[in-house]
Amino acid sequence: MSIKGLAYIAGAFEHPLRKAPNKSVAALHAECAKGALEDAGLAFADVDGYFCAGDAPGGVLSMVDYLGLNVRHVDGTDTGGSSYIAHVSHAAHAIAAGKCNVALITMAGRPRSEGRSGVKQKIVGANVPDTPFELPFGPTAVNEYAMATMRHMHEYGTTSEQLAWVKVAASHHARHNSNAMLRDLVTVQDVLESPIIADPLHKLDCCVVSDGGGALVVVKPEIAKSLKRPLVRVMGCGEAPKGLLGGKTDLTYTGAIWSGPRAFEEAGVTPQDIKYASIYDSFTITVLMQLEDLGFCEKGEGGKFVADGNLISGVGKLPINTDGGGLNNNHPASRGGIIKVIEAVRQLRGEAHPQVQVKNCDIALAHGTGGGLASRHGSATLIMERV
Amino acid sequence: MGTQYQDRTMAIPEIHPEHKEYWDAAAEGKLLIKQCDSCGEYHYYPRVLCPYCMTEKTTWKEANGTGSIYTYSVMRRGVSYAIAFVELDEGPKMMTNIVDCDLDTVHINQKVKVVFKQSGDEDNPGSFVPCFTPA
Ligand SMILES: [Zn+2]
Repeated sequence: MSIKGLAYIAGAFEHPLRKAPNKSVAALHAECAKGALEDAGLAFADVDGYFCAGDAPGGVLSMVDYLGLNVRHVDGTDTGGSSYIAHVSHAAHAIAAGKCNVALITMAGRPRSEGRSGVKQKIVGANVPDTPFELPFGPTAVNEYAMATMRHMHEYGTTSEQLAWVKVAASHHARHNSNAMLRDLVTVQDVLESPIIADPLHKLDCCVVSDGGGALVVVKPEIAKSLKRPLVRVMGCGEAPKGLLGGKTDLTYTGAIWSGPRAFEEAGVTPQDIKYASIYDSFTITVLMQLEDLGFCEKGEGGKFVADGNLISGVGKLPINTDGGGLNNNHPASRGGIIKVIEAVRQLRGEAHPQVQVKNCDIALAHGTGGGLASRHGSATLIMERV
Repeated sequence: MGTQYQDRTMAIPEIHPEHKEYWDAAAEGKLLIKQCDSCGEYHYYPRVLCPYCMTEKTTWKEANGTGSIYTYSVMRRGVSYAIAFVELDEGPKMMTNIVDCDLDTVHINQKVKVVFKQSGDEDNPGSFVPCFTPA
């Protein structure tokens, strides 16, 4: 069953805080939920479907209880930072199937206040099948993405200068976002001169560690049309987990090579139709590889595609992450997928900052890569349209 | 100059029942990998079902213990260490560390051989795990 046009994103809210030492994670979820429902013009009592992922303390059961929800459909799918993009898809399916009418998706976390970062070793629960063969070797977020970068450079000649352009574009956009964690404009040289964290990734190739969160409200068409907000319709979705393939490991591509075509086919559009894209930017390499895998350029040409300002709104061919992205604005709970959808909704509504608003932005894409690029990650692609 | 390898406390792997032979062999300096009796493919990490044809008929094989570096990254925060994927002569790629060398000289396609390092520390020693060093 295609979900094209069967659900609308009616509410979107990004928590304004980037450091929240005095709020619990659950409180941040609640504030985000309230913000998104108010944005839509709906109330907690209208919610009959709830979606959250691994950042939600106590999972679906604690959160439904804490938020006082009376729901008939829940979904706790966790595919790392891409979860919330998948949640929009799952919510659309549930709505299309009549399982709920108003779906609330929340995410929040405070890794900054809790002192977490991407250079620390991953903590994984007991009985996970892969960890005995990986954890002794010290995989972290940054050295996993660094290994993918190293191989991409080896096979395709991608350079640190090209990767730096992804950060430069993010910094151009973040100047206009008063909530962004980093607002200073940086140059390619600034990125290259920042310290190496894990070869070949520099400090400025890495996203911010921020507290905060976000929420979305997905509703059935009749409800969306009864509300006062601009109409943003779900056109197509695709999902794909990718792992190490039993040892036939290839770190030069992401699950976007599978999730992207599924979403484009369902939406009935091509990459050339996308006016704005939110592209997961945990690291600069993440953007470059996803753009290739989603078909915005040929495989191996990502370096050339991202260079020379091509991702800067008003300058380049494909404006991305006009909020400043995870690299400059926000990466709450080290999971940025929901912020990717929120900025795409702002663009489609014409509510992005005027300095970065894409003209005639009628079709937008949000894509997430959650987890580790050199172990296992989830890919989720979402295509939306203003009607 | 360079960045000489330093010993580092490696996380102790959890021993799952179906991997006892693997860890026993590791303590004797042998790297075991699984080969499928049905489709003939090697896989890594070891499973009870072949991930390619899903048969339960798989056999432990001692690997040559040599291969080449597929990719790597040297961590520059804290104690430097080189995480890598090594492509074994038998085919599978495996996550590992490159050890006992100048980490600044590690490179893709470098020939390496297995060497086992003990996880944990003196107070809490764990299993030996397969690392690689320039061949
Ligand atoms: Zn087989």
